[in-house]
Amino acid sequence: MTLDPEAPLTPKVPLTPKERMALKRVAMPEQDATARSANFGEVNLGLTEQLAILEAERCLQCPKPYCIDGCPVRVNIPQFIRFLRDGDIKSAAQSLLSDNALPCVTGRVCPQEIQCEKVCLRAKTGQSVAIGHLERFVADWGQRHAAEIAGSPAVRTGKTVAIVGSGPAGLTAAGELAKLGHEVTVFEAFHAAGGVLIYGIPEFRLPKDIVAAEVDRLIAQGVTIEANAIIGTTYTLPELREKFDAVFIAVGAGLPVFMNVPGENLKGVYSANEYLTRVNLMGAWTEGADTPVLHGQRVVVVGGGNVAMDAVRTARRLGAASATIVYRRGREELPARAEEVHHAEQEGVEFEYLAAPTEVLGDESRWVTSVRCVRMALGEPDESGRRRPEPIEGSEFDIPCDMLVVAIGTRSNPLLTQTAPDLEVTKWGYIVTDESGMTSMPGVFAGGDIVRGAATVILAMGDGKRAAAAIDAYLRGELPALPSAEPAAVA
Amino acid sequence: MHRVLANEQLSPNVYRLVVQAPRIAEIRRPGQFVIVHLGPGAERIPLTIADVDAAAGTISLVIQGIGKSTLDLVELVPGDVIDGIAGPLGRPTELPEHGHAVCVGGGVGTAVILPIAQALHARGVAVTSIIGGRSREWVILEDELKACGEVVTCTDDGSYGRPGFVTTALADELARGGVDEVFAVGPVPMMRAVVGLTGPAEVKTTVSLNPIMVDGTGMCGGCRVTVDGIVRYACVEGPEFDGLRVDFNELADRQSTYRPFEKAALEHREACKIGLRTGAPVDAPPVGAGAGARP
Ligand SMILES: Cc1cc2nc3c(=O)[nH]c(=O)nc-3n(C[C@H](O)[C@H](O)[C@H](O)COP(=O)(O)OP(=O)(O)OC[C@H]3O[C@@H](n4cnc5c(N)ncnc54)[C@H](O)[C@@H]3O)c2cc1C
Ligand SMILES: Cc1cc2nc3c(=O)[nH]c(=O)nc-3n(C[C@H](O)[C@H](O)[C@H](O)COP(=O)(O)OP(=O)(O)OC[C@H]3O[C@@H](n4cnc5c(N)ncnc54)[C@H](O)[C@@H]3O)c2cc1C
Ligand code: FES
Repeated sequence: MTLDPEAPLTPKVPLTPKERMALKRVAMPEQDATARSANFGEVNLGLTEQLAILEAERCLQCPKPYCIDGCPVRVNIPQFIRFLRDGDIKSAAQSLLSDNALPCVTGRVCPQEIQCEKVCLRAKTGQSVAIGHLERFVADWGQRHAAEIAGSPAVRTGKTVAIVGSGPAGLTAAGELAKLGHEVTVFEAFHAAGGVLIYGIPEFRLPKDIVAAEVDRLIAQGVTIEANAIIGTTYTLPELREKFDAVFIAVGAGLPVFMNVPGENLKGVYSANEYLTRVNLMGAWTEGADTPVLHGQRVVVVGGGNVAMDAVRTARRLGAASATIVYRRGREELPARAEEVHHAEQEGVEFEYLAAPTEVLGDESRWVTSVRCVRMALGEPDESGRRRPEPIEGSEFDIPCDMLVVAIGTRSNPLLTQTAPDLEVTKWGYIVTDESGMTSMPGVFAGGDIVRGAATVILAMGDGKRAAAAIDAYLRGELPALPSAEPAAVA
Repeated sequence: MHRVLANEQLSPNVYRLVVQAPRIAEIRRPGQFVIVHLGPGAERIPLTIADVDAAAGTISLVIQGIGKSTLDLVELVPGDVIDGIAGPLGRPTELPEHGHAVCVGGGVGTAVILPIAQALHARGVAVTSIIGGRSREWVILEDELKACGEVVTCTDDGSYGRPGFVTTALADELARGGVDEVFAVGPVPMMRAVVGLTGPAEVKTTVSLNPIMVDGTGMCGGCRVTVDGIVRYACVEGPEFDGLRVDFNELADRQSTYRPFEKAALEHREACKIGLRTGAPVDAPPVGAGAGARP
C-alpha cells in the first residue's frame, strides 16, 4: 500500500508496522521564501487534515513514550496523536487542551527539536514524528471549534486571585484558576494582553489573532483583564496582596540589555525590545499606524537567539536589502529554534559568525553608519558547557549599516520588586520561589521568566499551571505554607 | 476607558484636558507623567500630569498640539473617551525642604513646572516662576503659577510682561542672589541655556527631559539619555535629572529620529481633514528615516 499525501486518504485501514515505518515525515507547507521576505503573513501555512492524519500514522504509539518526558509540561502526546489518527479531532483537541492551555502558541514557537521530537523513537532511525506540526493542527482546529469543546462553567469559589502580567505564564494561570472557579483579575502594564506573544514574537511566526482569541476565551470564562495597570506604580504588590486572596507574579524579564560599547546611543540603534514592540504591539508594519519605525536598508542584528532571528527577519520584511546576524559563536551554538535559523537563511539573512561588536560608528549627524566587530575564536567550554568565545587581537573589521538592533538578552525589571521589600529576589533581581511556586510572601506566587530568567513559552506556561494548582491548594487551605488569615485565638 | 470632562484652549496650540483617572489622581506625585493611548492604532505618548483633583478623580493634561498624536488628543470634546492612561510613571520630583526656588517654564514645559511649583509652595519653599512665550497669546498657566508665588512673564516680542527670553529674566534673578535651586523645563535649547547660566553660578538645577518613549516602564530603552556619562532610562530613572550633567546634544539629536515620519503623518492627517483623498497611505520615507533624515 502506498500513502501519497495527494491521494484521498482512508485512515481506517490499519497500517502494518512496516508500512508505518516507511512513511516519510510530511513537510510543513510554507510561503515561498522570496514572497514571504516581503510580507508579514505567516510563514508556516499549517498542515491540511489529510497531511496531519498521514503524519499521525507515523507515530508508533510507544508503550513507554519518551516524547512525554521530553515535554516540559508532559503533554500526553501519543494520546492526542492517536485520536487524530483515528479521525476524532475533537477528542484530540480535548486531550491536548487538558495538558496545555495554549497549544496554538506552543505548536508554533516551542523548540520541539530539543524537546519532544529530540527523544522521539523515530528520530533514532530517521526523522521524528512532526509533533509540533500536529499539535498546531489539532490546536487550530480546537480554536475554530472552541464552543464545541468548552467545558462546563465552574462552580464559583468566591476566592479572588490577582495575576500580574499577561504573558504565557499569566494567561495559563488565569485559565486554570478560572476553570477552578476562582475570580481572576489580570493586571497588564501594556494596553493589550499577551506579553511577549504580542509585543515580541512577530506576526509571521505567531499571528496576533491567535493570541487575541486565547485572551477572548479567558474573558468569556469570566477573567477580568485590567490593562494599563503597572504593578509597582499604579498599585503596589502589598496593596494587591491585601485586596486579593492570592497573587501570581508573571511579569517576565523585559528589561533590554545593551552591549555597553561606544556609540550605542546613535540614531538608528535599537534594543530588540523597542524594535519589535514598535513593529508588533504598535503595528508599525501596517499601513497608517501612528507609531513609526525605521526602515533600515542595511541592518545588522547582534545576537543569536529567537529574538535576534525575529528582529532580523522583521527588518527583511520592512525592506532591508541586507540583513545580517552578528553572533559571537558559530552556527552550531545558535540558541534560536532550528526552524527559525533555517527560515532566516532561506529568506536571505546573512550570518557573521564568531564576531562581536566593539563600537558603533556614526556620521556627523549622529546616524549609525557601521558597526566595528572583532573576530572571536572558541576557547575552553564555560559553565554553560558551550565553548567560550575569545576575541582575536587586531582582527577588527567594520560592517556598514544604517540600522543596528541589539538582541543580546534581557533581565529583570525592578519596577515591581522595588515596591515589595518582603519579596525575596536573587542578586540579579529574579524572584525566589519554593517548589510550589510560592515566594517569600505568603500567598504570593511567581513563575515564568521573572523566576527563571529569559526562558521559553512552554516553561512559562508550565510554571503558570503549577502555580495555579498550588494557589488552588493554598486557597483551600491545603498548602502547608498557608498562614491562618487571622491569628488563632488562644483560649 | 477614561472620559474627557473638559477641554479648554490655553494658547494657539495648547489645550488643557480634564480626564477621568481616579487611581492616578489619588496617588500621583509632582514630576510624574502618564502614557496615553487614545485607541486602536494610536501611538503611546508621554504627558505630564499637570494637575489633579483627587476628590473628583480627575487629572489635567496640558497638551501642545504639534503632531498627529497630540492633535488627535487636543481635538477631543467632553464625553469622548481615551482608551488607556498608564501611570503614574517616573520618579517624583525631589523637593527641597525650604529656601528659594526658581521655576523656569518654556512653552508647554510650563505645564511640567506647574505641579512642581505647587508642591514647593505647599511645603513653604519660596517660588519665583519665570515663564514665557512668543507673544501674549502664547503665555499659559500664569494664574495657576501666581497662586504659588511671584511670576515673571516674558514675551519675545514684548507684547506682554518683560520683553525677551526667560533666560534673560533668570540671569537677573541669579544676579540678585538668594536662589537655592532652579527647576527648568522646556525645549532643549532653553534648558541648555538655563544650565549655561546656573552652571557657572553653581546653583543646583533640575530639568525634566522628554526623550521619545514607548512603554514608559523600562522595557524598550528608547528613552535612554546620558547623564554624567552614564546611560539612564528617562521613564523609570527620570524624567528629572541634574541639568548640569545632562548630555543635551544627544537628547536633541535622538528626539529628531523620526522627523520625516512625523512630517508625513501630519501631512496625511491634514489631507484627511480637508476631505482630500490622497490615494496613497502615509508611506514611510523611502530609505528608512535614517537615510531620509540625513542632510
Ligand atoms: C522576540 C522573542 C521571541 C521569542 N521566541 C520564542 C520562541 O520561539 N519559543 C519560545 O519558547 N520562547 C520564545 N521567547 C521567549 C518567551 O517568549 C518567554 O520565555 C515567555 O514569553 C515568558 O513568559 P512570561 O509569561 O514569563 O512573561 P512575558 O511573556 O514576558 O509577559 C510578561 C507580561 O507582564 C507584563 N508586565 C511586566 N511588568 C509588569 C508590571 N510591573 N505590572 C503589570 N504587568 C507587567 C509585561 O508587559 C508582559 O505583558 C521569545 C522571546 C522574545 C522576546
Ligand atoms: C516625560 C514626558 C512628559 C511630557 N509631557 C508633555 C506635556 O505635558 N505636554 C505636552 O504637550 N507634551 C509633553 N511631552 C511631549 C509629548 O509626548 C510629545 O510632544 C508627543 O509625543 C508628540 O507626539 P505627536 O505625534 O503629536 O508629534 P510628532 O510629530 O510625532 O513628534 C513631535 C516631536 O515630539 C517628540 N515625540 C514624538 N513621539 C514621541 C513619543 N512617543 N514620546 C516622547 N516624545 C515624542 C519628538 O521629539 C518629535 O520630534 C512629554 C514628553 C515626555 C517624555
Ligand atoms: S520608554 Fe521604554 S524604556 Fe523608557
